Amino acid sequence: MIEHVVLRVIARLLAPFIVLFALYVQFHGDFGPGGGFQAGVIFASAFILFALIYGIEHARQIAPPAVARAAIGLGVLLYAGTGVAGMLLGGKYLDYSVLAHDAGHGQHYGILIVEFGVGVTVAAVMITVFFTFAGRRGVLEEREEAVLPPDGDEER
Amino acid sequence: MWQTFLGLYNYWIVILLMMAGFYIVMSRHNLVKKLIGLNIFQSAVFLFYISVGKVRGGTAPIVEEGITSYSNPLPHVLILTAIVVGVATVSLGLALVVRLKEAYGTIEEDEINEMDAAG
Amino acid sequence: MITVTNLALLAFMAITAWAIARTLNLFVATMLAGIYSLLIATVFVLLDAVDVAFTEAAVGAGITTVLFLGALLLTDRHAKPHKHRFGTYGPMLLVVLLGAALVYTTLDPLMPHFGDAGAPAQGRLAPEFLADSVRQVGRDGPTATHIPNVVTTTLASYRGFDTLGEVVVIFTAGVGVLALLGGGAIGAGAGGRRRRSARKDGGTVSGRGSTTDGADA
Repeated sequence: MIEHVVLRVIARLLAPFIVLFALYVQFHGDFGPGGGFQAGVIFASAFILFALIYGIEHARQIAPPAVARAAIGLGVLLYAGTGVAGMLLGGKYLDYSVLAHDAGHGQHYGILIVEFGVGVTVAAVMITVFFTFAGRRGVLEEREEAVLPPDGDEER
Repeated sequence: MWQTFLGLYNYWIVILLMMAGFYIVMSRHNLVKKLIGLNIFQSAVFLFYISVGKVRGGTAPIVEEGITSYSNPLPHVLILTAIVVGVATVSLGLALVVRLKEAYGTIEEDEINEMDAAG
Repeated sequence: MITVTNLALLAFMAITAWAIARTLNLFVATMLAGIYSLLIATVFVLLDAVDVAFTEAAVGAGITTVLFLGALLLTDRHAKPHKHRFGTYGPMLLVVLLGAALVYTTLDPLMPHFGDAGAPAQGRLAPEFLADSVRQVGRDGPTATHIPNVVTTTLASYRGFDTLGEVVVIFTAGVGVLALLGGGAIGAGAGGRRRRSARKDGGTVSGRGSTTDGADA
């Protein structure tokens, strides 16, 4: 859809604001509606919008698939690691009260970190799944080229 | 009578939507259509949970000075996570449908069954 | 006012579901499913579930629709007219009977009405969560930290284990999609590594394709 000027310009203008809104939803989730699940999806939608307008190859340069795949695991590790950190500091697994000098602050920090982990995983999974679906045709074409003998290229 | 109708209307709509989703899953052979039906069934369950959590005269469970009545936050928590897990499982289902299309050339369940029966 | 809006929105949802069941055009069905999600998100706002509404609007109306469109691009845009295995009215009869049975159970006088503050679901846990979140979250007496959004505290703190499990489910689904469709390579143009993996398992896929083509003909 790169030939439509309006779409192209608006998508480029909108994408940073969508990311900013996602970060707001992520870190304001304790005070208003929001949290990791919603923020992750909104964050991913910025990249999906970009990929829809500018094409999947262009979007892959901005969000490299390897990074997105690593982030899927990183978010879960961050969540589970917060629980382990609580254990190391003398509490139970996923007990955030021991993370800071008093229980209230500890809970607040714990919730923020855990929600961030959720957001990272959700965003990475959504981006990866979309890229995988959108890039499926390319995978198949490359396979056919790889299977055909070298002189079979003229037939296609 | 009217009071009973209003008190049970939400549940009836939930049942209607659930049955609509169930009907689509049962009677349609197209696999993408079946996934959409599954989605409808699922959101009927979500609606049921949220309807149960509603308290008349209450407000959203975000604590503010001067408000005494809140809706039940527990169903909200359960359904919030269930929605995101729902989209993750739907994407997995769609991936399977795409692979079936590549392997069989169709996404109609009865045609796939026929091909399997023919060997 | 809220009652009227609730009645109208739920009726719209029922109509949309009926339209989805009727149409054979999968593109139309996907778009109707998006509308359905937006309607249910509005109902969630009406029922005080703002967090859930937020999620449903972003996930249901946004991501799910895009994923379905991506899948339609790789499969078919139209469903074939359905043949009925159990007669035309078999599934319909079953669904109507089951629905009637469920409606009959709601007519029980013990069934709590919608919005009833004395319903068993409004029992012990919810007031506790609400009170704890205002006072403080933790164990050693009141502190200055307020986390007003009870849904967030319940999600991340009280039900931390549950949420960890949900995140692992999402992780697993992402890995599953990659395993099914990812092609076994990292990145789009990752040269040699991609070629090698393509050569290794590419033969089975195209082989399958040709046999099914033969079965069609």
